[in-house]
Amino acid sequence: MSNITPQEIKKEFLKSKMGIAGITILTILISISIITIIIIPVETFQEWNNPGSWITYPKAAIPVWINLFLIEKIPEHRILTEPSIQKISNNEINLSSYQFDINYNYDQFPNDFIYSYLLEYSGSPLLQMSVIRPDGIKLELISTSLPYSNLKIIHNDRIFSTDAMIKKELILQSEEFKFKIDNLSVEDIIFSKTESNELLKGDYIFSINVYEVNEESKIVESNLIIGGKAFGIMGTDELRRDLAIGLLWGTPLALFIGLVVSIASVIMGLMYGVYAGFKGKKTDETMMRFNDVLYALPALPFLIILSVTISNSIFMMVGFLMIFGWVGIAKVARSMSLQIKTRGYVEAATMMGQKDSKMILKHILPQLLPYAFASVAISVPAAITTEAGLSFLGLGDPSFPTWGQILHDANTFGAAARGLWWWIVPPGIMIAITGLAFVFIGNALDAIVNPKLKR
Amino acid sequence: MKKYIATRCVTMFGILLITLLITIMLVGSNMDTILKQGIVFQVRSEIIENPAIGESFSSVKDFEAFIQDRTDERIKHLGLDEPWYSPQRIGLTMYKIILLDFGQATFLTSDSGSSDVKDIILEKLPRTILLFTSATIIISIIGIFVGALSASKIGSIIDRITSSFAIISSSFPVWWIGMLMIFLFAFTYQIFPARATPDIPASSPEYLGALLYHMTLPLITIVMIGFGSWAYLVRNFMVGIMQEDFIMAKKTMGINQSRITYTHALKNAAPPIITILALSLSGSLGGAIITEAVFDWPGMGRLYFEAITVMDLPVIIGATYILTVFFLVSVFIADLLYGYFDPRIRSSTDE
Repeated sequence: MSNITPQEIKKEFLKSKMGIAGITILTILISISIITIIIIPVETFQEWNNPGSWITYPKAAIPVWINLFLIEKIPEHRILTEPSIQKISNNEINLSSYQFDINYNYDQFPNDFIYSYLLEYSGSPLLQMSVIRPDGIKLELISTSLPYSNLKIIHNDRIFSTDAMIKKELILQSEEFKFKIDNLSVEDIIFSKTESNELLKGDYIFSINVYEVNEESKIVESNLIIGGKAFGIMGTDELRRDLAIGLLWGTPLALFIGLVVSIASVIMGLMYGVYAGFKGKKTDETMMRFNDVLYALPALPFLIILSVTISNSIFMMVGFLMIFGWVGIAKVARSMSLQIKTRGYVEAATMMGQKDSKMILKHILPQLLPYAFASVAISVPAAITTEAGLSFLGLGDPSFPTWGQILHDANTFGAAARGLWWWIVPPGIMIAITGLAFVFIGNALDAIVNPKLKR
Repeated sequence: MKKYIATRCVTMFGILLITLLITIMLVGSNMDTILKQGIVFQVRSEIIENPAIGESFSSVKDFEAFIQDRTDERIKHLGLDEPWYSPQRIGLTMYKIILLDFGQATFLTSDSGSSDVKDIILEKLPRTILLFTSATIIISIIGIFVGALSASKIGSIIDRITSSFAIISSSFPVWWIGMLMIFLFAFTYQIFPARATPDIPASSPEYLGALLYHMTLPLITIVMIGFGSWAYLVRNFMVGIMQEDFIMAKKTMGINQSRITYTHALKNAAPPIITILALSLSGSLGGAIITEAVFDWPGMGRLYFEAITVMDLPVIIGATYILTVFFLVSVFIADLLYGYFDPRIRSSTDE
């Protein structure tokens, strides 16, 4: 601890490779947070625990980019929302046709397919679904009339590939295939070669035709989902949640927890320690005894007790982490202020009758600022890992997708046993990278503040 | 010196009592609610099991009153009619704690079926010592060796690798590495068991062998993550000492480098190293709650977690007691050792 000006610190800091690396990582993390907050709608964040909002996603799907490294391509989960629409009117019959083009170039059959639609109509329109395969064969899938309605209503329904009607329809067209199709599932028939039950790659066109008499329907929503085993950049978990969204939201949350806890702890610790050291005698004695008690409390068990008995909301958690965060800093701050107190100018100021508050704020605290910055950086990783650890034990705030929470879910659903590495590896790496950024910054600052450690 | 030790002991005892008091304050009310619910449930189920009691009442009101009476009677019998903060109850609990009587666990039992808190803790503590204390010892040995090695060649490749490994490994949570290790070595390559609790009963002769086999994966994980920061600390102490005049003098005398490093410098770096060793050995006794949860290791950490989740106050108090005592005693011993090894400190503590 010596008299280093902020300019000097800045200069020294920019010289250290570690410091630059830390700042770079931190900048990237902060930009990820900002982008997340701006681009991803806040609803996804609130809907994290609502299974209904993830229904169109696949279960435990592997990240898509894995296909780049595989010879046998894993089918991607496709959600097609924009069909090409054609409307043909012939006398009193109106036909609206919705076409989905899929280029199917994977090496496995899809899991299933689901067509979901929201249709505004009156009367009783007829809905037909068919597929044109790459070899030109057209298969009729289903033909059903929608429930009759006098007035205009909005009808919401889903057609699943497991629907018995589709199977029946396909069995009627079994002459197209040179093998028995009775025991195969629908998607294994549709996407199969005609000679043998092998996958036929190429462009498929799924078309949905709606026929009406004298009326015209309006489609509000029309989605075709081809169920696959790979989805998104980060894959999905057992509850069909897109892990990329969870990981992205975890970044601002982790930074928030880490920074708030460490900054508040450092401020509390500094104030407490400096005041105790400056006052000395009885005040110092009692304050430090209180500090000793907190220091002796086993931190993690107490955090667990607090979150179980009081509340596990993320803001309370931040508060609990602060309780245990400032203790060590107060000890160091006290011994530093003891040293500064003995310096000539402080003694001179005391003799001149300066107020205590002014003495502390003007003469002692500024001396401790470099140390304060270093300890903020150093204590961030601990706060983040402790919160992640508590969440991992299932004591975190379940309404926020923190990285620890994701890992907790992974552990509960046995991700390790089932080989779902994309559920385990990325959250941990994110925790480690965030920690690393602050460790780098902290170490670089520490080397400047305590020049003895350099070399 | 005697006076110093005496005051330290008194303060330590005070801190211990305050710690336990805080624990009771936090857990007490929840614990009472759970116990009372348990009594109501117990009374009801006894009546359901024995329909004759129910038939002997003519009106529903009488019957309800009878249940209420029985519940109240039991609550009174257990002393739960007073709130947890009443002086009698806290006084009694604290008195018992001072006499090392932790009483009976409310829900948890030891593997052998005893619900005596002492039995439960005595059963779990050796396992935690076996895993975490041996891990700490291995970590410190590797750490001191690697640290000294990199301190003797500052700026070399070994030094750089050690430093960067230390920094990187310290930012990975151990439990996450544990999950990865389980994923890799228990499921992908089935070398080690995924759960660290042996399946065979504790009484059979093969138990120790099975326990050691189950221990390997957690041990490797803890050592892998832990030794880096140890090596880094030792290196930094050593670097500080290597700059001292007497080492320079030894160098000019022509004593060879490795002898200086391993005898003279290491000897002088001993005080802080021993202090940290004492602290981390005592810290290891608590086991890491999360690490034990990941590996399902049946030690103190998991006991603590289970006790907190079911609000088993006697077990929580017993475990907190043991952990706090170990912590305080080791801080004390570390201070004494530091003073013994480094006379510069002693003068200030004698005051």
